[in-house]
Amino acid sequence: MGIESEIEIPVLTTTVEKMVQWARKSAIWPVTFGLACCAIEMMAMSCSRYDIARFGAEVFRGSPRQADLMIIAGRLSRKMAPALRRIYDQMPEPKWVISMGACASVGGVFDNYAIVQGVDQVVPVDVYVPGCPPRPESLIYGIVQLQQKISRSKIA
Amino acid sequence: MDAAAILATLTPLVPGAAFEASPSIDFATIYVPVERLVDACRALRETRELSFEMLIEVTAVDFFPRTPRFEVVYHLVSISNRLRLRLKVRVPEGASVPTVQGVWPAAGWPEREVWDMFGIVFDGHPDLRRILMPEDWTGHPLRKDYPVQIRKVAQTYEPLEVTEQEFRANLERDRTRRMTTH
Repeated sequence: MGIESEIEIPVLTTTVEKMVQWARKSAIWPVTFGLACCAIEMMAMSCSRYDIARFGAEVFRGSPRQADLMIIAGRLSRKMAPALRRIYDQMPEPKWVISMGACASVGGVFDNYAIVQGVDQVVPVDVYVPGCPPRPESLIYGIVQLQQKISRSKIA
Repeated sequence: MDAAAILATLTPLVPGAAFEASPSIDFATIYVPVERLVDACRALRETRELSFEMLIEVTAVDFFPRTPRFEVVYHLVSISNRLRLRLKVRVPEGASVPTVQGVWPAAGWPEREVWDMFGIVFDGHPDLRRILMPEDWTGHPLRKDYPVQIRKVAQTYEPLEVTEQEFRANLERDRTRRMTTH
């Protein structure tokens, strides 16, 4: 081992990068952004039965300025797209996006003029969660995937 | 009060108008000629035995390819007489309907919606803008011949509601107000 074996007080060495990655992935604060029925599953995920607090992502924020993660839960209408983009722009860096469910990812059953066929036309998406709607377990799996992505990311 | 009873009260109040009862499964339904629509609505609202004070909704139906193509539908409620009534107006393609905003101010937004979705113009409407679709949209999506599955690039921005100068002026005004009140 390194310096730990040479000195008597208990210390743990790491790199700044690992430390920052650990801090970022362990406290992902999502912005409250429920658009449709997927939001019900998102709420279930944050409540006691599924309890996303186990993964440190339970602090849903009302203000995008305090959030790291946007879970786009539901179909995005064209009229809503500018508002979604504005909320995304108001989030501070670093920020991530989960596209939850079939509608947000590809338009789902709403193959029509009113719905954006995939939110990746509007914001960059990190994780797509399939399902209609996805079960809370699926969304938790999506968040865990996002945590792995964050722990692989470079900080500079 | 069924359609016949309402028509018996209404017809003398709007002389010369060719009303027509329509079969319906729920409540009284009458056809109104488009040129007497506003007169009929005013009579329906202001006659004591009828007093339809409340406009519930304005909508339309596209019967493409039948002619006349559209029917504009008005749902009315009389709270004092506990009555419901449906008015229908036949509208050919390209024709317009007079606004009933002078009778029920609540007609403003539903008429905008009908214009947005069906392209039926309401004459005399003070603010006939799109309400559901984005401002720069072309076409009227609830028409039967509208290509529903069209692909368009999603708009990701909207124009600023105040100019930069107005924003600064608002800030400045708030600041001076705060200084004078404290």
